[in-house]
Amino acid sequence: MTFIVTLISTMIINNIILAGYKGLCSYFGISSNMSSAVGMGLAMTVVSFLSGLICWGLHFATIALGITYLNTVLFILVVASLVQILEIVLKKFVPSLYKALGIYLPLITTNCAVLGLALALTTYGAADWQAVLGTCLGMPLGYFLILVIFSAVQDKLKLTTTHRAFKGLAISFIATAFMALAFVGFTGLL
Amino acid sequence: MNKLKKSKGKIILNGIFSENPILSLALGLCPVIVSTQSIDNAIGMGAAILIVLVLSNLIVSLIKNFIPSDVRIPVYIVIIASLVTCVQLLMEAYTPELAAALGEFLPLITVNCIILGRAEAFAAKNTPLDSVMDAIGMSLGFFLACLVIAFFREFLGTGGLVLTNPFTTETIFSWHPLEAYAIPVMIQATGGFMWIGIIMGLFNMLLMHSNDKKAKKKKEAAKVVCPAAQKA
Repeated sequence: MTFIVTLISTMIINNIILAGYKGLCSYFGISSNMSSAVGMGLAMTVVSFLSGLICWGLHFATIALGITYLNTVLFILVVASLVQILEIVLKKFVPSLYKALGIYLPLITTNCAVLGLALALTTYGAADWQAVLGTCLGMPLGYFLILVIFSAVQDKLKLTTTHRAFKGLAISFIATAFMALAFVGFTGLL
Repeated sequence: MNKLKKSKGKIILNGIFSENPILSLALGLCPVIVSTQSIDNAIGMGAAILIVLVLSNLIVSLIKNFIPSDVRIPVYIVIIASLVTCVQLLMEAYTPELAAALGEFLPLITVNCIILGRAEAFAAKNTPLDSVMDAIGMSLGFFLACLVIAFFREFLGTGGLVLTNPFTTETIFSWHPLEAYAIPVMIQATGGFMWIGIIMGLFNMLLMHSNDKKAKKKKEAAKVVCPAAQKA
């Protein structure tokens, strides 16, 4: 039950982009068309889920050794090496998936959402494994959802008559603001 | 000597106007929303970014010849992550309230595109002095953009402006003329997205206007030159 509650709450209510405002750089860059949005969303889901679980485990090791101040350095190394390993493994064993995700994988290293998830998970204790699983899965799925929705919004934005100074990023930001306002409505869901 | 000085100034101005990290390059957007919630946050995040960016650009430009190019990105990330950890620990010790307000976004400076981007695009190719100038320009650009957005968000969201001393949490300045008409949604994420969009659009308009003027001047200059050239 905890798993489902945290899954829905991290995916929709505390959405990583609209309520957590992380991972914005890739969000505006990638969401210009649907196929790249799906590719990035899938790559994010795999990397965030694995790196989240690994970093959560490592957190207990740093507590035991008394070096929690090294968390940030350690986690970013985990994310970077995981992305690298995943790239090599996919290239060797699943070339078709590598072709689809290939260009998005290196971008994930510098995505705030992945490191943000790892840092957020350190607040959970060992007993909350269900909540950890829910967060690890819900965060990237929420990212995926918003990316796909916004790629459809951007298709419509291209057809509107916007002032040339506002075309592109500026109007995307304003459209995101209204989407965030709409998602505030989900607050009473749980 | 004079020419050299001008080019240093130009590097700084470049970061503030034509290559403003937020408003024209759109790099490192993640901490912008939390750091524009209030003017205090903008000052704190601006200071943190300034320290990290100046030191990381300096270190990267000093050791650029010793790093093998295959592993340069991981090396940069480790340098930046260590600097960010230092700044985070210092802020937690001396400005605990500010550190709490910025929260997760303090360690997340590690993956900020501005810092890695400047290390890769500028510091790895230029001299240490130029890199420091670039870092100052970029972080000033970030800070000023944040300050403008924070001004509107805080003024509309709380109906006034507050400035506190980050070290003692004493209120230096407080002015609330429109408290009864505050729009709380402006200090939430929605207002953040909206005001970044609006300020970005207005900034683009300003840049376009000045570019149009320059192009017009060039055209007129060309017109004047042409008949003279024909006569000759």
